[in-house]
Amino acid sequence: MPSYKQLSKLTFILLMAISASVSAAGGAKLMHMEVDLSNQESLQRGAKTFVNYCLSCHAAAYMRYNRMGQDLGISEDVLKANFMFGTDKVGDTMNIAMSDADSLRFFGVSPPDLSVIARARGADWLYSYFKTFYVDKSRPFGVNNLTFKDVGMPHVLWELQGAQRLAQRESKDGEHHSPTFDDLEIITPGTQSEEEYDRTIQDLVNFMVYLGEPIKLKRGKIGVWVLMYLFVFMIVAYMLKKEYWRDIH
Amino acid sequence: MANIEKNIIDGLTGLRDWVDDRFPLMQNWNEHLAKYYAPKNFNFWYYFGGFALLVFAIQILTGIWLTMNYKPSAAEAFASVEYIMRDVSWGWLIRYMHSTGASAFFIVIYLHMFRALLYGSYKKPRELLWLSGMGLYLVLMAEAFFGYLLPWGQMSYWGAQVIISLFGALPFIGDTLSLWIRGDFVVSDVTLNRFFSLHVIAFPLLIFGLIGAHILALHEVGSNNPDGVEIKKNKNAEGIPVDGIPFHPYYTVKDIFGATVFLIFFFGVVFFVPEMNGYFLEHANFIPANPLKTPEHIAPVWYFTPFYAILRAVPDQLGGVIAMGLATNIFLLLPWLDRSPVKSTRYRGWNFRCALTLFVISFFVLGWLGMQPVTPLFTWMARFFSLVYFAFFLLMPFYTAIDNDKSVPDRVKD
Amino acid sequence: MDNSNVDKGRRRFLTAAATVVGGAGAAAGAVPFIATMTPSEKTKAIGAPVEVDISKLQPGERMIEKWQGKPVWILRRTQEMLDDIAAQNEAVSDPASEASSQPAYATNEYRAREDEYLVVIGICTHLGCSPSFILKDGDNSPVVDWKGGFFCPCHGSRFDLAGRVFKGVPAPTNLVIPPYKFISPGQLLIGDDSEAA
Repeated sequence: MPSYKQLSKLTFILLMAISASVSAAGGAKLMHMEVDLSNQESLQRGAKTFVNYCLSCHAAAYMRYNRMGQDLGISEDVLKANFMFGTDKVGDTMNIAMSDADSLRFFGVSPPDLSVIARARGADWLYSYFKTFYVDKSRPFGVNNLTFKDVGMPHVLWELQGAQRLAQRESKDGEHHSPTFDDLEIITPGTQSEEEYDRTIQDLVNFMVYLGEPIKLKRGKIGVWVLMYLFVFMIVAYMLKKEYWRDIH
Repeated sequence: MANIEKNIIDGLTGLRDWVDDRFPLMQNWNEHLAKYYAPKNFNFWYYFGGFALLVFAIQILTGIWLTMNYKPSAAEAFASVEYIMRDVSWGWLIRYMHSTGASAFFIVIYLHMFRALLYGSYKKPRELLWLSGMGLYLVLMAEAFFGYLLPWGQMSYWGAQVIISLFGALPFIGDTLSLWIRGDFVVSDVTLNRFFSLHVIAFPLLIFGLIGAHILALHEVGSNNPDGVEIKKNKNAEGIPVDGIPFHPYYTVKDIFGATVFLIFFFGVVFFVPEMNGYFLEHANFIPANPLKTPEHIAPVWYFTPFYAILRAVPDQLGGVIAMGLATNIFLLLPWLDRSPVKSTRYRGWNFRCALTLFVISFFVLGWLGMQPVTPLFTWMARFFSLVYFAFFLLMPFYTAIDNDKSVPDRVKD
Repeated sequence: MDNSNVDKGRRRFLTAAATVVGGAGAAAGAVPFIATMTPSEKTKAIGAPVEVDISKLQPGERMIEKWQGKPVWILRRTQEMLDDIAAQNEAVSDPASEASSQPAYATNEYRAREDEYLVVIGICTHLGCSPSFILKDGDNSPVVDWKGGFFCPCHGSRFDLAGRVFKGVPAPTNLVIPPYKFISPGQLLIGDDSEAA
């Protein structure tokens, strides 16, 4: 049997790994939101925002409509009526009609596929991104973004949020300071209040996290069963080991 | 009832004897399990060899199943991984087991190697055991490197680009060599295709063969133990080591228990944190490979980072590559660098104990530095700890020769 | 080592318990590996029901569609063809399709929802080749006095214009009829025969 000294060594190694992972997650400051995949209504609302606003230019080519319907509790009829615009086959993936050549002409870049974007960027980044568009006349679409500088995408949700601008705050010594999220202020209100827009974005990000890894809804539940089984087997294996090792001790 | 049971047992015994007349079944069973005598004082650190075998089995099994759905072409690779994650039933589990298995392999191998350092398992007469183990480690690094290209994400792509470019730093042959490895002017579909072949056929076969050699070498010389005592020197009248116990059933039942504990950790990661916060699956690898744009911050997977830090610590390109190559290969010399007559740290003097502690610290710090962006402070830290790393090996003939070792007992302690 | 006071019963019981629990775990662990080899969601999506426009199909003509990767033949039969089918009841081995595979609505003399249209999977029930369509008696007809039907080049099985297998050939049963329905007079849906919508 391992001694306590050795166990404490192992614990130390684990702690090292954990602290390293925490410190590496730093970088640019982002707004934080709690992802809640257990909230099915939020996921459904997010899905609706996604298909209405994102899916016209971006595809999610690895996601099938019927999978989304099953996972989020949306019936096929509702799926066809409210979520599917380009196709009527529920087994299809979320593709878009716009060709790469067209999008390159419209935006200068082809809008990336969004299937796994939440896994690449993280929920906090997406949450911050959707909330930090601001008016900037020097950009092709008249907006810029504090989270993603000089992004080639228009603020498609501006109707909901309204228009924001970056308050020009010269510090007293005349030096230019780099803008922070606090410098953003609404200049034209949108159809949603600030709280409503915040909820819309949280729903959308929730959905995009689901979109990045649909099995995430079930993975942990299956894992609990697997670990429970392993604990039971561990006890049996331990008793068996103890029984045989009585010969030696 | 008893009659039926007897008939079954007789039948099985008959079958065994029939096979035994034609194949050395019982001979091998006895040689490697039932009559292989292992020291009775194995501790916690002696689990990791068995774990490595278990992870190897997991990787082979999940690898076979992944290959059924993966497409080794630049146009389809990324999509086929997502296909496995979403459309193939249970594909996500097989994939996460394989990706977690890659990191788990290195964790158990590093701990297994640390055990060898702790108890002097590389010392005479186990030099070939150590060399075959080091061979396995180096082949495993290549295997992991080939495999990491396959998901064809940004990290896969640029990681491969950087590592292959290391060979380009070699004088005279460098450019030709890196071109030959890639088979193209940059990492491309051609590279992916050949890496796939090497990852799923060539290197697994090599690992399989080396594991066989490793176990044969181990069973020839016998296992070391935490006391570093050769149990073969004390045999009873029947020629059985008095401090030895048959591997089967004693260590098979113990390893089954250990393996279960290991699997609890393993599946804990697979089901609850498969990305391990970007350490096992890097965030940037969820963006498809783009040969025109390098990610802002690129770092190798965690198990390569100590060597990556050493590479970056050296200001000269060729020098860095050489230092990195030395850092990974210098372990091979250990049996001849260590001059102490004592194997286990339990009976070694403070020279070795301190050196080993410093080495482990430098390994961790270098590993951490290898993930960080380059800053002047970090570069100097990397240089300092690289020196510590190499000093552990290069000064070993001196500090082990004059160490105040204690006397080693004749028998193992319980 | 001391084996003198071993509780053999307990040892045996624990070994059996570990074998049973471990075996159950191994069996459960095999399930995902077996399940990955079943058709994936993509395969199912590709194998989804297909809509076919049959409004331009002329009497006596056959068209081929793909459903689940298999050839599906749609034959618009003339009255003469239907009469020939009825006349060959003696020559086929399962005239009423009792031992063959088809939906209930196609378990009839002409093996069809509507007598005029034969919808059948074009794969021989013997060993999976796709038979050729031979309409008239002629040089390439499999037997003398051929009334039209399907002939499998692999092992010589013959089927009539209702996909019924003739006696004395290797194929055991009639050709398989897939589920299908008419959405509208000229529109056929292969792979789905549900009543709703």
